[in-house]
Amino acid sequence: MSWRLWLPLAIFFGFLGLAGYQLTQPKDDAIKSTMVGKGLPYFMLPPASLDRPGVDSRYFHQGEPKLLNIWASWCLPCIAEAPQLEQLKQEGVEIVGVAIRDKPVDVMRFLTDHGNPYTRIGRDDLSEVQLGIGSSGVPETFVVDGKGVITYQHIGDIRPEHVPILLEELRKAGQ
Amino acid sequence: MIAEIGLAALWLAAALAVLQLAGGLLALRGDGANEIAALTRPAAVLQGGLVALAFGALLWVFAITDLSVKLVATSSHTAKPLIFKISGAWGNHEGSMLLWVTVMALAGALIAAIERRLPERTMQATLAAQGFVALGFYAFLLLSSNPFERLPQPAVEGLGLNPLLQDIGLAFHPPTLYIGYVGLSVAFSFAVGALITRQVTPDFARAMRPWILGAWVFLTLGLTAGSYWAYYELGWGGYWFWDPVENAALMPWLAATALLHSASVLAGRDALRVWTIMLGVVAFSMSMLGTFLVRSGVLTSVHAFAVDPERGSFILFLLAIYIGGALLLFALRAGAISEGERFSMASREGALVVNNVMLSAILAVVLLGTLYPLLTEAFDVRVSVGPPYFNPVGAIFAFPMLTVMAVGPLLRWRQDRWGRISKEMGLVAALLLAGVVLFGLLAEASLLALLGLTFAVALAAASFLPLKGRNLRRVPIATWGMVVAHLGVAMMLFGMASESAFSKEKLAALEEGGMTSVGPWSVRLEAVEPVAGPNWTAIAGRMSASYEQGEPVQIAPQSRNFWAPPQQTTESVLITRWDGQLYAVMGGSSTDGRWQVRLWWKPFVTFIWYGGLLVALGGVMALVGRVRVDLRRRLVRRKLAERRNDMETAV
Repeated sequence: MSWRLWLPLAIFFGFLGLAGYQLTQPKDDAIKSTMVGKGLPYFMLPPASLDRPGVDSRYFHQGEPKLLNIWASWCLPCIAEAPQLEQLKQEGVEIVGVAIRDKPVDVMRFLTDHGNPYTRIGRDDLSEVQLGIGSSGVPETFVVDGKGVITYQHIGDIRPEHVPILLEELRKAGQ
Repeated sequence: MIAEIGLAALWLAAALAVLQLAGGLLALRGDGANEIAALTRPAAVLQGGLVALAFGALLWVFAITDLSVKLVATSSHTAKPLIFKISGAWGNHEGSMLLWVTVMALAGALIAAIERRLPERTMQATLAAQGFVALGFYAFLLLSSNPFERLPQPAVEGLGLNPLLQDIGLAFHPPTLYIGYVGLSVAFSFAVGALITRQVTPDFARAMRPWILGAWVFLTLGLTAGSYWAYYELGWGGYWFWDPVENAALMPWLAATALLHSASVLAGRDALRVWTIMLGVVAFSMSMLGTFLVRSGVLTSVHAFAVDPERGSFILFLLAIYIGGALLLFALRAGAISEGERFSMASREGALVVNNVMLSAILAVVLLGTLYPLLTEAFDVRVSVGPPYFNPVGAIFAFPMLTVMAVGPLLRWRQDRWGRISKEMGLVAALLLAGVVLFGLLAEASLLALLGLTFAVALAAASFLPLKGRNLRRVPIATWGMVVAHLGVAMMLFGMASESAFSKEKLAALEEGGMTSVGPWSVRLEAVEPVAGPNWTAIAGRMSASYEQGEPVQIAPQSRNFWAPPQQTTESVLITRWDGQLYAVMGGSSTDGRWQVRLWWKPFVTFIWYGGLLVALGGVMALVGRVRVDLRRRLVRRKLAERRNDMETAV
């Protein structure tokens, strides 16, 4: 009888413990952004369309929490999330858009085709603001509270199931 | 009605598995003449028939799209082509589990019907183990994933028209791997049976070997096909990503490869008894572990399976019982298995031991790398382990293994002198040296790629050496199988190393009419056109590609956008020549109206998959050779027995 014969069983128990523990842990898919809890950097963007003003970061220092939506007319998931943005607008959420590397003509065409949920749209031709707030792709959506502090970051398009999550985050940011 | 027949057959089969387990256990307690024990074999055979009936019923409801069956309604659609309706039967969790038990029950039936070499007690123990393993899966199917569940109201239309899954490769890739996994479950049952009765004999290895070979062939095919699918479909130009799901399929293969070789030693030389048993348990453990990792979602993977923690718990539970039980049995019994034949290190057995140790080390490397994120996540650290770990650490063990692979088959069994094969070893060494110098001068490649090319050439030459000086017509088919499989490994290695050393990549932003070149190819983007499909739109880049100013070939890679669900995919185009592939991917437009085009020239990349096919072919040849020898041996035994009978009656 050798202790070595028990070794495989011991290793296997180690694996079982680990796997069992991991199975009981809730799966956490949210991305913890390092920008959450930090203030927006200062920026001022010219308007990206003819009928909406541009975006000044100081605008976020006043009033209610808002959504900051990073998008582009050339981005296909942005088309997919348009109905959800419209729904959020219906719920009374103010959405500020930042169009990344876009042309006013394309922006106008996109908004005509897919609806315009934005109160303001800034034009970020060099992705400066996008990089400044820690966004690496389009679309992305940030919840910004009444003092200009980012409280939540959503990466990727907003699906119908994300709408309640965003509303909840906005409510929390408003407290 | 058909669905109910299927369900009833499944319940009956489960009941027979209980009978098979009970009969086997009673046979072990008594002297084997027990009345219930006599039922073990018929129970296994009948069970195979019933499960096949259940699987047939599932295929039928899918073929006629019976939308009152929940599984059909959720994963099929009336408008699908028939072939995808049928393959859809196992393209989901419930159906794939049914496929699993079907293959398993058929395998069990086959052993029960034809295997007569082993002592009856070992055979009963094996069938009991097989019944026990099957029972777990029946429970899983019947209690938590019933494929025949009816809807209260038939659905109007099915939900499963996902075009991405309508791919002929995807339809047959999972069953191929499954058959491999299940084949290893048979080897596992044999190992457990032999452990229980402590009769680890060459006959045991011979009985187990065809199953290992068969499983190994299917795993090889599954891996080869899966790798090629990822290569052309994902559009990243890579063929292996060390993704957890890929590793889940690779680990059983590594274990099966080791088991195959150690079982050969046991069958031929009656050595490596305990080690072969251990590998038999490990190989099936890796299959179960793979299934667990893929289905439970504990690891994040690029393969988006429908993961479900509850199913994960069930599989983990089964894993705990089977593997924990087998390892416990191993710890208790293995010490009592008497030592096999001894051999010197300079012998075929010695080489195979080194090969086994190296394969096991590679298996450990892959296992550790795959499970490491699971470990760190327990401490809230997220890591992903990729090629920078797997490639070099795996290579540390792979190159010694390849060296042994080149010279090992030349050694004699039991005892040999290195001096006897010094000429052959000199040839291999010279080839290695020449390769390093030649490729080192020719190519600016990484050390690993350089070594890979060199070893590939040396191994290819060495794989023919066992045939030297033999009458080729009298060489057994199994030996030919070894030669072919080893040559296949060399070919695969050459493809991988060449891909890594000589690939050229070009990312160009082209206007319509623009030209670019990659390696020996020049590519012109003629035009960019929109293309509409049934549920997608795409931009297609019409290009003409010419190899060294030769006749241009027209290609049109696409970038597709599906809208339900919204998803972007690339339809890459490959131009295959004997000496490599041009790989073209169409990207999006850049802001200034140019188009992103991604091109690769990958010399000899196709050797990877040709090599894989050769390895599988070698396995088939070995299987055919072994089975033929077995059959002939059985015939001779029967004739001898008849003659003895005749003589006795004459006397």
